[in-house]
Amino acid sequence: MRDVYVAGIGITTFTRLEYPLVEIASYASMMALKDAGVTEVDQIYVANMGAPRVNHQTALASAVADSLSLLPAGAAAIENGPASGAAAIKAGFQAVASGMDDVVLVTGVERMREVNNLEATDFVATLTHPLTEYIYGVTLPAHAAMFARLYMEKYGVTERHLAMVGVKNQNAALNNVWAHLQQGITLEGILDSPEAMTNNPYVAEPLRFFDACPVSDGGAAIILVSKEKAQELGRPMIRLSGLGQATDTHAVFEREEPTDLLAVRKAAKDAYEMSGLSPEEIDVAELHDAFTILEIAESEEVGFFPKGEGHIALEKGETALGGKIPINVGGGLKGRGHPVGATGVAQAWEIVTQLRGDGEKRQVEGAKTGLTLNFGGFGNNVVCLTFVRED
Amino acid sequence: MSVDLEKILRPVEAEMKPYEPKYMMLASGEAVVVRQVFRDEIPDLLKHVEPLIHVERDYYDVVAARVYAELLGYYQYRFQDQYVLALQVDGELAAIVNGRQVTPTLGLSLHTLALRRGLRIGAHGFAAKMEYHIDTLGHDEVLIVAESPIGFRRWMIEYKLEKRFHIPHELGGVPSWALTRELFDRARSKLVVGRRPVPPELLDKALESILPPSDPPTPALDPLAATRAMYDPTATALVQQRWEMEKGAGNA
Repeated sequence: MRDVYVAGIGITTFTRLEYPLVEIASYASMMALKDAGVTEVDQIYVANMGAPRVNHQTALASAVADSLSLLPAGAAAIENGPASGAAAIKAGFQAVASGMDDVVLVTGVERMREVNNLEATDFVATLTHPLTEYIYGVTLPAHAAMFARLYMEKYGVTERHLAMVGVKNQNAALNNVWAHLQQGITLEGILDSPEAMTNNPYVAEPLRFFDACPVSDGGAAIILVSKEKAQELGRPMIRLSGLGQATDTHAVFEREEPTDLLAVRKAAKDAYEMSGLSPEEIDVAELHDAFTILEIAESEEVGFFPKGEGHIALEKGETALGGKIPINVGGGLKGRGHPVGATGVAQAWEIVTQLRGDGEKRQVEGAKTGLTLNFGGFGNNVVCLTFVRED
Repeated sequence: MSVDLEKILRPVEAEMKPYEPKYMMLASGEAVVVRQVFRDEIPDLLKHVEPLIHVERDYYDVVAARVYAELLGYYQYRFQDQYVLALQVDGELAAIVNGRQVTPTLGLSLHTLALRRGLRIGAHGFAAKMEYHIDTLGHDEVLIVAESPIGFRRWMIEYKLEKRFHIPHELGGVPSWALTRELFDRARSKLVVGRRPVPPELLDKALESILPPSDPPTPALDPLAATRAMYDPTATALVQQRWEMEKGAGNA
């Protein structure tokens, strides 16, 4: 198996983008192509979850290939729920690692704000089990709320801990010009003041408004290449060193212990084994904080902290910039936004930015290794990636 | 015989009790003061409203144009029984809400114009003016319309407004909705907040002058301009776009 490197990255602002989906994907892709210094690719993978349903568009990869004049490259779209982005990176990795392709463009894109919030919530909810969850009105916020309640009862996590994640990540987004939310928040304003319940009402108790990521449009792209090609292009040598993917039961109630995210645990374990890294050796991480409770739980399942102690590490500031393991320093899904198909690629974009030392105000000093965790379904399809800077 | 035409043109205004200022904390931790603005301060508002007429985004253009006309009409005595509330953060103008009294029992909401986004400032302003109509002026109900989807979600859905579709609203003649006293009482605990009296230092700062908003809504950048210039081999458009974004102008 050949080594695979990230030679180029690109992103759009995550916000409401009133442009055709293909144009959003093309913009991010073009930035990545220019960043890498390539004009031709062998293969394109486009990650997206909702285009057929939300944007009335199918065969997205073909459209992107033509829009960017990358013909006759191979092209395919990958839909894997909110883990579409990292799943597409995995496909790109396999294409280069196998020797089949030398240059692969992986683009993630979503335009969710073409529909209203209720429709967007419903569209995401279609990933739940159709017979045991969806028909009973279960949405992702509802899943996360039930998960949070269990976590609180079992491990002593409180609403304050959830709010602390929200404040950390939304304020981190202020250092990321591409992030959706550009408004700082405080614990006092969203939790302690007499007006907090109005500023930050319950969305699905115990989760409140600022515990959830925004609904965003956006695109992100990376260029994966072989080692020879990476050396030829002369960009910083960022190797995609580890990759793990795992699934769990579709219906959450079928899990023996719903607070255990077994697919996260397995995906991370596989990624560490492949890369030869341990959790202690990761310098910066992007976790899938679609809801604040997920950052706490995932930080434990990927091995940064013992099970049930993620919130304690949070209290100590260990997950903040300057802490033991900075998590979501670019805002995460909570602050950067969560255009679902783009998220996994945007996480890789942030880690590569960090490993290149281009993080500016949010730069983790001396970062040489990074991890991304892209969480699909409600933990039933998870992809974990590790990256290493080699030069 | 000479006639003082101004006396005919100028409406006779009803006596309306003043709005008692209040303050509240925003999600950002900042305090916002809500207070009534009278005729002499209207020019200070107009200069901050005018730029928004050119913001073709989220209906700022139509709302700002109408607010400008309403404020000017109030200033020049060409509007019947209008009131204006301003929301200020550290003196800076954050929102303007206005309305008018139709009869002693009926109010009419005109506009809610948020000059700062993402902190429910507009929603707090709307709640304050409903409080003024129902609690201070004693109106039984207030006629309301929304000109934007955001407004529709905030007013019609959050307050569960009743339809009064047989009454054309003064804003464009479109069908009215109504907030009744009963609906307001139901919403009070969840949506209407604020503390009184306002600490003197906060109120003095607000009264001292209406400062311009430091981060007002701006015309949407074209974040994808570079895509259309993708055949530009120098990537000038792309680079320029990135610079603009890095200056922070493109993030709403």
